[in-house]
Amino acid sequence: MEIMRRKPYMNPYLAGVLLGLVLLGAMVISGRGLGASGGIKYCVVSVVGAVSQEHAATADYYSKYYQDGKKPINNWLVFQILGMVVGGFISGAISGRLTWKIEKSPKISKSRRLILAFLGGVFFVYGGQMARGCTSGAALSGMAVLTTAGFVTMIAIFGSGFLFAWFFRKNWI
Amino acid sequence: MPGSLEKTGFKEGLMAPILTSSETAQLINLLIAFLVGIGFGFALEQGGFSSSRKLAGMFYGYDATVLKVFFTASIVAMIGSRILSSLGLLDMDLVFHNQFYVGPAIVGGIIMGAGFIMGGFCPGTGISAAAIGKIDAFVFLIGGAVGAFLFAETYPLIQDFLVSGNRGPVKLSDSLGLSDTVFIFLVTVIAIGMFWLAEKAEKKFARPDITKDY
Repeated sequence: MEIMRRKPYMNPYLAGVLLGLVLLGAMVISGRGLGASGGIKYCVVSVVGAVSQEHAATADYYSKYYQDGKKPINNWLVFQILGMVVGGFISGAISGRLTWKIEKSPKISKSRRLILAFLGGVFFVYGGQMARGCTSGAALSGMAVLTTAGFVTMIAIFGSGFLFAWFFRKNWI
Repeated sequence: MPGSLEKTGFKEGLMAPILTSSETAQLINLLIAFLVGIGFGFALEQGGFSSSRKLAGMFYGYDATVLKVFFTASIVAMIGSRILSSLGLLDMDLVFHNQFYVGPAIVGGIIMGAGFIMGGFCPGTGISAAAIGKIDAFVFLIGGAVGAFLFAETYPLIQDFLVSGNRGPVKLSDSLGLSDTVFIFLVTVIAIGMFWLAEKAEKKFARPDITKDY
């Protein structure tokens, strides 16, 4: 039913050109690259600030985001990830891919998939904060401006993925 | 350091980046951020990055979309910015260059790779997948928020490590003693080689049962 009106994905090289032009546009207009984990961080910092003003004002990590009456939610990266949700939704809508779904290998249970998705998120953003950016913010945007940090982060992410792939193979293949 | 080539006569007139985050109206900059995000999310979803099994295919050879999209995008941005800067239309010194902290970049990258193979997403692809209703992507992003919280709370413990090994915003082209143009050319050649391998791998490790329907 739904599969019938589903459109195939864009040719990957064409999608890459499109993504590259978006990145180039961000560099030309605002002098910065793309990012995803940073926006998540600013949301979390805002929530912590709302829950405990005291903790946000005194803890080493949070206080720098609240200096001089700054509001961490009014941040470039936050607005960028809001845009990503809209852009992803538009793409899914015109291609007939809007469905509530847990995507997983038939060999594993839904709860196993969701637990691993949760842990994956914890690891990814923790590592992304450590490396000062994730696949988009450090690796892709860094490589676009030829930084060593960009190339090293990219190699570390994908190298590690290949290294650990064997242990998690049952979840995917 | 960034932007060493042909600097003469660049500084007069209109030259990108047009807006830098410190100056100009913050509101316009946030609107730009939103529009950039729309393009980013759209491109990721169209490329198939809203599917975790498609993304994970990268690590088992049956689907190399990640490599194709990622490297094509970075090469387009490299070549595009190189052309604009040599035409005097873009001042690369004003474009953000991420600092290289040796240990944190490597250890952080390794932790991210582990997260990738467990979760099947990275933060950007997780957002594009959540946008079309993938519940596993929502859960991944909740995990991501917890990861950011844990990082903030453990920050005092790892602070010394996080600021260690800072080499500044160095460029790999400079470290290798190559001009930016030659370096970009070499990266492009390497990427084309990888694309060729990726196409072969996709045939060899093909899993039509997985790739026919996400």
